[in-house]
Amino acid sequence: MMKRIRTKFFASLSSTLVWAGSALSTAAHAVGDLPGGPAVRQLNLHPAVTKIAAEQAWLHWFMLILCTVIFLAVFGVMFYSIWKHRKSVGHKAANFHESATVEIVWTIVPFIIVILMALPATKVIVAMKDTTNADLTIKATGMQWKWGYDYIKGEGEGIGFTSALDASHRELSNNGGPKAGVVMDDYLLKVDNPMVVPVDKKIRIITTANDVIHGFMVPSFGIKQDAIPGFVRDTWFRAEKIGDYHGQCVELCGKEHAYMPIHVKVVSAEDYSAWVSAEKKKLAAKADDPTKVWTVEEITLRGEKVYAANCAACHQANGKGVGPVKALDGATVVLDADKNKQITILLNGQNNGSMPAWKQLSDTEIAAVITFTKNNWSNKTGQVVQPADVTAARK
Amino acid sequence: MSAVLDHHDHAHDDHHGHAPTGWRRWVYATNHKDIGTMYLLFSFTMLIVGGALAMLIRAELFQPGLQFVNPELFNQLTTMHGLIMVFGAIMPGFVGFANWMVPLQIGAADMAFARMNNFSFWLLIPAGLMLAGSFFMPGGAPAAGWTLYAPLTLQMGPSMDMGIFALHILGASSIMGSINIIVTILNMRAPGMTLMKMPMFAWTWLITAYLLIAVMPVLAGAITMTLTDRHFGTSFFNPAGGGDPVMYQHIFWFFGHPEVYIMILPAFGIVSQIVPAFSRKKLFGYASMVYATSSIAILSFIVWAHHMFTTGMPVTGQLFFMYATMLIAVPTAVKIFNWIATMWQGSMTFETPMLFAVGFIFVFTMGGFTGLILAMAPIDIQLQDTYYVVAHFHYVLVAGSLYAMFAGYYYWVPKWTGVMYNETRGKIHFWWSLIAFNVTFFPMHFLGLAGMPRRYADYPMQFADFNVVASLGGFAFGLAQVYFFFFIVLPTMMGKGEKAPQNPWEGAEGLEWEIPSPAPFHTFETPPKLNAAATKVLG
Repeated sequence: MMKRIRTKFFASLSSTLVWAGSALSTAAHAVGDLPGGPAVRQLNLHPAVTKIAAEQAWLHWFMLILCTVIFLAVFGVMFYSIWKHRKSVGHKAANFHESATVEIVWTIVPFIIVILMALPATKVIVAMKDTTNADLTIKATGMQWKWGYDYIKGEGEGIGFTSALDASHRELSNNGGPKAGVVMDDYLLKVDNPMVVPVDKKIRIITTANDVIHGFMVPSFGIKQDAIPGFVRDTWFRAEKIGDYHGQCVELCGKEHAYMPIHVKVVSAEDYSAWVSAEKKKLAAKADDPTKVWTVEEITLRGEKVYAANCAACHQANGKGVGPVKALDGATVVLDADKNKQITILLNGQNNGSMPAWKQLSDTEIAAVITFTKNNWSNKTGQVVQPADVTAARK
Repeated sequence: MSAVLDHHDHAHDDHHGHAPTGWRRWVYATNHKDIGTMYLLFSFTMLIVGGALAMLIRAELFQPGLQFVNPELFNQLTTMHGLIMVFGAIMPGFVGFANWMVPLQIGAADMAFARMNNFSFWLLIPAGLMLAGSFFMPGGAPAAGWTLYAPLTLQMGPSMDMGIFALHILGASSIMGSINIIVTILNMRAPGMTLMKMPMFAWTWLITAYLLIAVMPVLAGAITMTLTDRHFGTSFFNPAGGGDPVMYQHIFWFFGHPEVYIMILPAFGIVSQIVPAFSRKKLFGYASMVYATSSIAILSFIVWAHHMFTTGMPVTGQLFFMYATMLIAVPTAVKIFNWIATMWQGSMTFETPMLFAVGFIFVFTMGGFTGLILAMAPIDIQLQDTYYVVAHFHYVLVAGSLYAMFAGYYYWVPKWTGVMYNETRGKIHFWWSLIAFNVTFFPMHFLGLAGMPRRYADYPMQFADFNVVASLGGFAFGLAQVYFFFFIVLPTMMGKGEKAPQNPWEGAEGLEWEIPSPAPFHTFETPPKLNAAATKVLG
C-alpha cells in the first residue's frame, strides 16, 4: 500500500506543482457559482429557500454579531491591559486578586446572555421538528453509495428510483479532477435522477438506510437528517422557489462517501404533475411479469444492463473485482451448480454488508444479473435463473 | 530549599539513592520525572506521526480530484489522524506534564504508585505501535472515523480489532494514570498544602483524573460491544440483528464529551500557572477558578447529545441538550474573565510561555464562540458534519490543548533540563505557529458554512480556493513543529543553552521553583515545611 502511495505521489507531484504555480485553483479552472449549490469562495450559508433556512441564517447572524461584539469587548480589555500594564512601560503590579461582586456579576451576565440566545433558537427548533400535515412524503434511503427515493404518500405515490453520481464525474475524480480550463460548476454534484418536488408544498422526507449511516442534507432548505439503517427518522421542507438545489451525504459511510450527492429539483405544480404522469408511464413500461419465463439470450441481455448499473462499480466491468472486492469471473459461488447459493447472497448480502443486500431489485433483475454472471467472461455454466427462482428464494 | 537537598547527598546511597543508568533507568523507571519525560517524548512522537497523516490529508485536499491517495486510504488517514492525536498525543502529553509537575507542585517525593506509573507508561508503546502499524494490516487501517460509528465499524477489516485493542490498552493506561494522580494529590501533599492552596494545574488534573476514571470504562464498553458485534454474533449496534446504531453514538459521546474536557482542563491549569507568573500578580479569583473547573466537569456529563442533533431526536431532547450545552459557556467565560483580570493592572512581560498562554486565551475563545454557535441546534443542523465543526474543534484542540502544552514546555523546561530555551527561537515558533494555524483553520469556517462535508476525499470546485489556503497553512504549521523539535527541544535536551537559575521567572511562585534547576533526581524526600500560602519552602 505504501508503495502505491509513493508511486502515485511522484506521478502527481509534478502536475500539482504546476497547479500550485497557478496559485489559486479556481482561477485556473474557471469555475462559476452553482445556483442552489455552493458558490465560489462562499463565505456564509446558502441563500435560504425555505422559512426554516431563513430563520437559521438569521440566528447565525444574530449569534455571529453578538459573539463578535463580546469578543471585541473582552479582548479590547485584554489588549488594552497588554498595552498599558507592561513591565517595559514601567507599570507596577497591583495587588488585588479577588472581588466577590465582580465575580458574581460576570457569572450572572453571561448566564443572561446565554438565555437570550437560547430563546429565539427554541422557537425554530419546535418549527423544524413539526413534520405533521405534509403534502407529499418521500422516503430517502441511503445506500453505499447512492440514494433511493420512494414517493410514499401524496401526488406521485408509488414512484421510486435511485439517484447516483454521474459516473463520468467519479471517473474524473480518479483521474485527478477536472482539467484546467474545463468549466464544471456541478463537479461531484451531478446525479442521474434528481428528486423532483412541487414548489410551495410541505414535503416530508423520511430517511433510512440499507447498510450504514448516511446523512441527507440540502443546505438551501436548511435540512440535515441522518439516514440510519433499521430506523426511520424524518424532516421536512417547503421550498419557496423553483430551481435546482444540491447537497451531499454528510455522514461518513465508507470509501465513496464523497460521491453520493443529493439533487432536489423544485418545479411548479403543473410541471410536477406532468413529471408524475411521465414517471408512472415509465414504471408501467418497466414493470416485469415475475412469472415470465425468459430465454437465455433475452435474460442475459437484460442482466448486462442490471450489472452495469449496480455491480460494475465494485466488481468491475471485467468481473475481476478490485482490492477487497471479490472477482465474479471464475468464482466458485457463481460457477456452482446450485443457483440458490448466489441468489441468497444477492438477497442478503455477505461479509457484514461489504457485499450489500440487493433485495430492492426486482425478481427479474436479480434473476437476470445472476444469469448474466453465470454466462459471461470465462464463466460458461449455461445455467438460466428465472424470476420465479428468486421469488421462491425470497420466501 | 536546603532541606530538600541535604538528605539526598548522604542518607540513601546504599539503598535507593542513586539514579539507575543506561536502559534500566528508562525501562524500570519508577521516578516520576523520568516517566514524565518519557510520556512527553511519546506524546511528541505521536504528534509528529499524527501530523504526518494530516499533511497527507491536506496534500490530497490541496486540489479537487484525487491526486495522492484513494478514498479508502483517505478515510484511514482522517480516522487515524484523529485517534493518534487524541489518544496518542494530547492525552499522554498532559499525563507527562502531570507526572513531572504534580509531585513538584504539591511537595511530594514521587507519584503514589511508582511501579503502576511505569506500567501505565509502557502500555502506551504497544498501543501506539498498534495504532500506527494498523496501516500495514490487510485492508489498511480502520477507516470509520475516530468516532468509530456503528455499523460502519462492522465493515472494517482486521485492523479494526487491532485498533480496538489499542484503545483498550490506552484506556487502561489512562485509568491507572488517573488513579495515581488522584491518590498522589489527595494523600501526598506536603503539610500545609491544603486543597484550596494547591496550584491550579494540580487542581485541574485532579478533576480531569476523576473525569477519566468516569468515562474511559464507557469507551471501553462501547468498543467492546463493537468487538463482540464484529466477531461473537451479538447485535448491540447492528441493525440487521435488531441492534441500535444510535445507541452506539449515545455511549460513545457519553465518553466523548467529557473527553474533550479531559483534553482542555489541564490546559486551563497550565495557563492559570503562567498568566499570573508573567503578570507578576496573583491569579484572580482562585476559588472561582476551582468552582468553574468543577462545574465544567459536571456539566460535561449532560451535554453529550449535542454531537447528535442530526440523528433526529425529539424536540425536548434537542432543547435540553442545547440549553445544557450553552450553560457551559458560563463557567468557561468566568475562566477567561479571571485570566484577563489577572493580567489587568499587572506588570506584564511576554516571554514565550506568556505568548503561548495569551495566544491560547485569544484563539481558544474563538473556538469557544464557534462552539456556542454550534450549540444552537437550528444552526447546528446546517453546520453538523461540515468543515465548520472541523474548524471549531481544531481551534479548541490545537490552539487550546496543544498551545497550552507548548506554553507549559517553555515555562517548565528550565526546571526539567537546567538550561533555558532560546528566547528568539521560542518567539519565532510562537508567531509562526499562530499565523500558520489561523491560515489553516480559519478558512474552514467558510467551507463549513458553504456546506462542505467533512471526511471528503474530493470536493466540488467551488470549495477549491479555501482548501488551497488551508493546505498551505497546514504545511507551514507542520513545518513549525519540526522547527520546534530541532531548534528548541533538541538543544534543551542536550543541555545546550544558558544555564537556568532556580527560578528563571521573576513572578513565578510555587514549590517547583523552590528546588534547583535542573530538578534533582529525588526531590522532597522528606515533606518540606511550607509558608502560610504554601508557595515557599521554609528553612
